Amino acid sequence: MGDGSSGVLSQEIDLLEQFRSGDADAFETLFRTHQRSVYGWVLRIVRNTTAAEDITVEVFWRIYKARARFEARRGFEPWARRIATHAALDWLRARRPENELTAELMATQGATGADPAVTAELRAKTAQAFERLPPQLRVAALLAVVEEQPHKEVADALGISVTAVKLRVFRAIRLLRKDLERQGMKP
Amino acid sequence: MSGHDEERMKQALRAALPPVEADAEPGRDLWPAVLLRLDEERPAPARSRWVWFDGALLAGLAILAVAFPASIPLLVYYL
Repeated sequence: MGDGSSGVLSQEIDLLEQFRSGDADAFETLFRTHQRSVYGWVLRIVRNTTAAEDITVEVFWRIYKARARFEARRGFEPWARRIATHAALDWLRARRPENELTAELMATQGATGADPAVTAELRAKTAQAFERLPPQLRVAALLAVVEEQPHKEVADALGISVTAVKLRVFRAIRLLRKDLERQGMKP
Repeated sequence: MSGHDEERMKQALRAALPPVEADAEPGRDLWPAVLLRLDEERPAPARSRWVWFDGALLAGLAILAVAFPASIPLLVYYL
């Protein structure tokens, strides 16, 4: 078993080295292996399937362009995830604030998973208020609170410390609450 | 904000924005789009630096050489 796993590991390292040297086949193999996880991660942040597809393409383009800086020992997945997080963050920043709620986002509000104790009005207002938060706070809150990703993973993806993630989540929640209170809503 | 308030706010946020399905995948093959993106960025083939001025200068020298063959040694000297 040991030989088998070391063989797989050595194949993976070879693949990553080939990718690093610009081999297109190696890049395609990596793309096929990781596109789903990258897409899923981006979708968690942008919550729009069309945008997530476009951003995934952008992410792999960035990955290819930055291949010389890739360090195989740090693993492909965390590196790709960090690039994906920044690309998604760029998209959130570039989006007009008026473009608040996508139809897709509104549609998910009626999902069966929604807490029945939370009224539809509160859900809608919360989602709208959330869209008004600064993008970096939104990403931290989405990943850590909504998607319940471990703080360490969120920190790695954002390139910040776990403490900074906690702080961003706290600020996001506090701002959200203040915004809702201004509208006369109390969660 | 107390811990209880914070938890209630998080609960409201989760209700407003349910998590994305774990097995979400793109609706189309994105590889052709990645290739297209890479092609767009590929540097264009180096354009010829041959511009009209070079052509006109060469034509002028050729005419000068034909019209005044005696000028050829002078041109060769300066070129």
